[in-house]
Amino acid sequence: MAKVTIDDIMIEVPDGITILEAARMIGGHVVPPTMCYYSSLETSGGYCRTCIVKVEKGSEKDPRPMPKPVASCRTTVQDGMVVRNATSPEIQKARKGIVEFLLINHPLDCPVCDQAGECFLQDLSFEHGDEFSRFDFKKRTFDLIDIGDYIKLHMTRCIMCYRCVKVADQLTEERLHGVLNRGDASEIGTYIQQAVDNDFSGNMIDACPVGALTDRTFRFKSRVWFTKPMYAHRDCDKCCGKVTLWYQGEEVLRVTGRKNEFGEIEEFICNTCRFDKKHTQDWVIEGPAKISRHSVIVQNHNELALPKDEVQILPDLPGSTSHKKIES
Amino acid sequence: MYRSLTAKRKNVSAGQRELTFMERMYLPAILKGMKITIGHLFKKKVSLNYPEVKREFSDFYRGMHVLKRDENGAENCTACGMCALACPAEAITIDAAERKPGEEHLYREEKYAAKYEINMLRCIYCGLCEEACPKDAIYLTERIVPAYYKRKDFIYGKDILVEDINNRVDITKRKQPIKKA
Repeated sequence: MAKVTIDDIMIEVPDGITILEAARMIGGHVVPPTMCYYSSLETSGGYCRTCIVKVEKGSEKDPRPMPKPVASCRTTVQDGMVVRNATSPEIQKARKGIVEFLLINHPLDCPVCDQAGECFLQDLSFEHGDEFSRFDFKKRTFDLIDIGDYIKLHMTRCIMCYRCVKVADQLTEERLHGVLNRGDASEIGTYIQQAVDNDFSGNMIDACPVGALTDRTFRFKSRVWFTKPMYAHRDCDKCCGKVTLWYQGEEVLRVTGRKNEFGEIEEFICNTCRFDKKHTQDWVIEGPAKISRHSVIVQNHNELALPKDEVQILPDLPGSTSHKKIES
Repeated sequence: MYRSLTAKRKNVSAGQRELTFMERMYLPAILKGMKITIGHLFKKKVSLNYPEVKREFSDFYRGMHVLKRDENGAENCTACGMCALACPAEAITIDAAERKPGEEHLYREEKYAAKYEINMLRCIYCGLCEEACPKDAIYLTERIVPAYYKRKDFIYGKDILVEDINNRVDITKRKQPIKKA
């Protein structure tokens, strides 16, 4: 066990977990925002630098501070470590810079984008970003690509988090897409317009923190905040079958996995559940999904909002980082 | 002690008194009233004969909405739904559709409102839709929504709301300068 102090809150955590996981065990404002780290995907994290924290004291044995902000998703805790995130103005300023970098090539077409309302980048730039951009050059643009029948790729919106690549690597037998080119020119692609088509490819949509990968069957159907999420399940021979149905009136517009309070899916679902079962009679409804009361999705749906003291339910974090394999 | 809530009739005769002689004659009171009435005949009228004469509006008058087009005549609205979300009266209904190749002159962005309806009976003209709009698409104008005989006539669709390309609606008065940091 290691004793860590994050933002003046002391917590005892198992050895070997990262600062981010320790912060998530505390919960609340202590948790650094993440764009690329995904608890249920192995080796994710370390690309976006959004989760940087200041380490004021390395450990009990070596109390020197770390010389520069570290990515909390990749730094393991040590006994006696003192970390600052929300209480450090230096980190808040650095994060502002990172948001500015992430938004350099982002088109900011939220009014058009289907992800708006549940977009990590939108939340991040709302909380940490600046009102105006200092970037005067032309943003890079790409043509829209249909990856198969179900997924649309807007490369202009991509922030290169590699989550979709990890989904394909860890959930499916063969990966058909990846990151092409290098540095500033890098892009997600399937090379020669190959269709990504296997049973779990739809999880890329859920894992994508921005609107780069969106559901073609939901494209422009509605806005997230006009739909009402309901938890439901069915017996599925390929996946766990536990999903969120997004209703507008009586109609199921979209089926997604269940997100935890960090917006990450712990149990992935198959494409049959996601794209083919869009009728109420296919599902056993469990009840309204619980969503943070600060989310735009609970607008006009008070029954969805979590009560104030229940917002910080902690997941079984240390274990959930190891990816749960889906029995096929 | 609280009085119980009953349907018992209130006793009104308790505070009443006998009318005096002058009050019983009625005539002085009537003359007093007629003096005010006749006096008003010679005063300046406060009302206007509306359709013929129109009163000047303030710069911030909020009347009927307009859906603007850009300088090329393409519709600004991208059906983002912010106006419908902001609307406290839930008067706005939008259905989005995807722009097809070749329709670039009609719609400014890849998504557009296939249906845009405002229920003018529900609308309270608060102007929050205009405030919420990120695309400069909806503005409240000085035009007045007329009266109709049927309720369904008050549901304004895109045919009424979108401005005529040859007969633009001027909203320069309502546009506020954007603050630059």
